[in-house]
Amino acid sequence: MATPVVMPQMGESIAEGTIVRWIKKVGDTVDRDEPLFEISTDKVDAEIPSPAAGVLTAIQVKEGETVPVNSVVATIGAAGEVAAPAPASANGATRTSEKADAAKASEKADATGTPGPAVAAPKPPDTEDSTALPAAGHALSAAELRQKSSPLVRKIAKEHNVDITQIPGSGIGGRVTKHDILGYIDNGGSKQARPAAAPAVARPPVEPPHPPQPVQRFATDEVVPMSVMRKKIAEHMVVSRRTSAHVYSVFEVDYSRVDQIRKAKKDEYQRMGAKLTYTSFIAKVVVDALRRHRIVNASIDGENIVFRNEINLGIAVALDNGLIVPVVKGAGERNILGLSKAIQDVADRARAKKLNPDEVHGGTFTITNPGNFGAQFGLPIINQPQVAILGVGTIEKRPVVIDDMIGIRLMGYLTLGYDHRLIDGAVADQFMADVKKGIENFDASQA
Amino acid sequence: MRALEVRRLGLVPYADGLELQRALVEDRRANRIPDTLLLLQHPHVVTIGVKKEGRSHIIATPEQLESRGVEVFETGRGGDVTYHGPGQIVGYPILDLNPDRRDVHKYVRDLEEVMVRVCAAYGLTAGRIKGLSGTWIGDAKIGAIGVRISRWITSHGFAFNVATDVDFFNLIVPCGIADRGVTSLAEQLGRQPALPDVEDRFVEQFAAVFDRKLAAVTPA
Repeated sequence: MATPVVMPQMGESIAEGTIVRWIKKVGDTVDRDEPLFEISTDKVDAEIPSPAAGVLTAIQVKEGETVPVNSVVATIGAAGEVAAPAPASANGATRTSEKADAAKASEKADATGTPGPAVAAPKPPDTEDSTALPAAGHALSAAELRQKSSPLVRKIAKEHNVDITQIPGSGIGGRVTKHDILGYIDNGGSKQARPAAAPAVARPPVEPPHPPQPVQRFATDEVVPMSVMRKKIAEHMVVSRRTSAHVYSVFEVDYSRVDQIRKAKKDEYQRMGAKLTYTSFIAKVVVDALRRHRIVNASIDGENIVFRNEINLGIAVALDNGLIVPVVKGAGERNILGLSKAIQDVADRARAKKLNPDEVHGGTFTITNPGNFGAQFGLPIINQPQVAILGVGTIEKRPVVIDDMIGIRLMGYLTLGYDHRLIDGAVADQFMADVKKGIENFDASQA
Repeated sequence: MRALEVRRLGLVPYADGLELQRALVEDRRANRIPDTLLLLQHPHVVTIGVKKEGRSHIIATPEQLESRGVEVFETGRGGDVTYHGPGQIVGYPILDLNPDRRDVHKYVRDLEEVMVRVCAAYGLTAGRIKGLSGTWIGDAKIGAIGVRISRWITSHGFAFNVATDVDFFNLIVPCGIADRGVTSLAEQLGRQPALPDVEDRFVEQFAAVFDRKLAAVTPA
């Protein structure tokens, strides 16, 4: 039997609580009374014990979210019960049953005549979820279902005038997730103004700011659900574009000197267990430049600027089906040998999927390498909540004018994507000029 | 009436204080000790509570902090950033709020009440400011609060400025509140009361507000 975990009432006058930390992860075994999460109200931080022994099967309320007391924040399954599928490994069977639950729930909601929203929400468009599943067994009531959605989902629902009970939830126990509701709205949930019976001919009279574009499917299409990583990347990218005022500055850099040093020292580094790459040099120069241009190693927090005194360098690593940005912590304290080793280490473990969760957090600046496959330069999206990202274009021999003669030099473009809310063009260009100078005049004694 | 043991510890490094509290919370939970109030002073230290914006409320640079001998700690208590140092009485009640005092707001109000009463014992009128925890004289804070509750066992607690060099608060935005000041008993009285005397007042008023019988009190 699953036991819901609710936000406890920590006092008579307390109506809500903020989860500051989950002590247990989904899939962890917990004993009754073992600390499960920490909440914060006013000046008090409180550790909340588990109401039951078992396995934490779902976390409904994320760290940082505030919910009313008695809201369900997590679910404890009986010990031995199969935990919810880990994000990376979707379990087909579990999914199906969740979908069934959700569909049942929505049918039940229909049958009991739940008061509809002001504008009647049509049943979701023809997805497999809402068809061909018999209504049977226990179904969650509309109220239960609504309570099981996060405040964010409820807020979105309210803003878009959508009845949550009409949406098939893909979360645990049929819970409607943010993806569900956004997908629902995008897929026509917000076309409520249109009579439900009318086929997709007439355009809705009022267009939402982002008109939903239902994807027309061809008979030969193959439809595959997005992986958790894919969904997260999608979300992060869109959030970043909405958050930061992205501007780009592109510099061309001569790597000839760095290349000589690299060739001279490569074997020595190899003996020390490190791979000396162009990225090693770029990372070192960037770290030094970040120390001189602190605004580039910063974040915006509300109306404050957070200057980071630590330099934690995110290194974007391409994976087979995605991308991950492990972080080299304390990059400011490492020399080029230390940076080379650390970058190699996190990149290797990223590819082997052996990163610890905290190794992808806490970055203060990111370097990404679109040039790996020959791109001259890229225009990368900022890794929030950072304010700048360096894109390294392909490094190749090019004809360049040196002292009114044409010579062959090893050249490459560097792009800085930066958040114009915080960094002005002149500042970004000074930073980049500093990086260019650092690479072109790299001090061989530092390698 | 439940018993209360008071331990006066004098000057305790912040890290040792954390460790001691951790151990005592376990002891209290296992009923190996009665409700206990620790009264002590810390060397210069800036501590950050669980509010994540706390770090941005440290104004001083790491170098400035270091040159003044101020350590920085992140702690599991509620609240924002604060400063502890000599001349400040720090109180860490290790109480079991089960079964009749399970209300975190009431607990915070009670701690404020203790500090208000101590001020009153010195003829000062202190009070609360709605929405801001702590004890205030006029617009200046004399006592700060940051609490941790683990399964209704309390730790962390309050810090009351007796003769604190309030200049040190300029290193931070105390509790993240930018537009109000900090004061001390000495500043208000124009003389410096002896710390042990103020601690005596705390012991009396704490026992009264929390309705506890004093079992053992370490002499000052």
